[in-house]
Amino acid sequence: MKPQEILAKLPYSKPFLFVDELLQIDENGSTGTYTYDKDLDFYKGHFKDAPVTPGVILTETMAQIGLVCLGIYLSESANTEMKAHVMLTSTAMDFMKPVFPGEKVTVTAEKVYFRFKKLNCNVIMKNEAGETVCKGNISGMVTAKMHD
Amino acid sequence: MNREELIAAIKEIASPYTGDKTALDQINEETNFITDLKINSANLVDIILDLEEKFGIEIDNDSMSKMLNVKSTIEIIEAKLAENDRK
Repeated sequence: MKPQEILAKLPYSKPFLFVDELLQIDENGSTGTYTYDKDLDFYKGHFKDAPVTPGVILTETMAQIGLVCLGIYLSESANTEMKAHVMLTSTAMDFMKPVFPGEKVTVTAEKVYFRFKKLNCNVIMKNEAGETVCKGNISGMVTAKMHD
Repeated sequence: MNREELIAAIKEIASPYTGDKTALDQINEETNFITDLKINSANLVDIILDLEEKFGIEIDNDSMSKMLNVKSTIEIIEAKLAENDRK
């Protein structure tokens, strides 16, 4: 499956789609980018007069580029009839640097294992200077249904 | 390995994944991972991966789907260990 086909299958839309480009994907991992539009609504409140991208949004971005794109790729390549949904089940993240409005980030995910429908990945996010802004481990269950 | 030893091994592996220490202390063959130990399906996968490593066995999808309580888990571990012995 090509990156463009996977992007078309993502179940998100604005303001909760956090993938712009999927640069690379194969059975071992994925790489993608996202630029945080300075007009995103949460910047008004996080924080008052000092906008910084919330950690949960960074985590979501890593989950969409890493876990969800890779989960769809791994499931639907094996079974083209399947419409795969990925449910987030756990995260462990370390945050190193703030990400400000307008910054572009690159997320790289490496598969640790995909067994019994559970996908576990190590993920890392870098800013345009190539500095690591956050990294961690994330997992989810790939199901055929949106709600279980 | 007898049944008590297998239950003790399962108890040790399940321990980090359950918040219900009372249910864990009372673990027996009828204990269900999801309803009694309050373990979610994602952590159940990790328990099964840990059991594979501990016992040097490989669990297939069909077996995995049956491993919801301690009794069926023991039966599957015993069957896989016996398969290994025949090899």
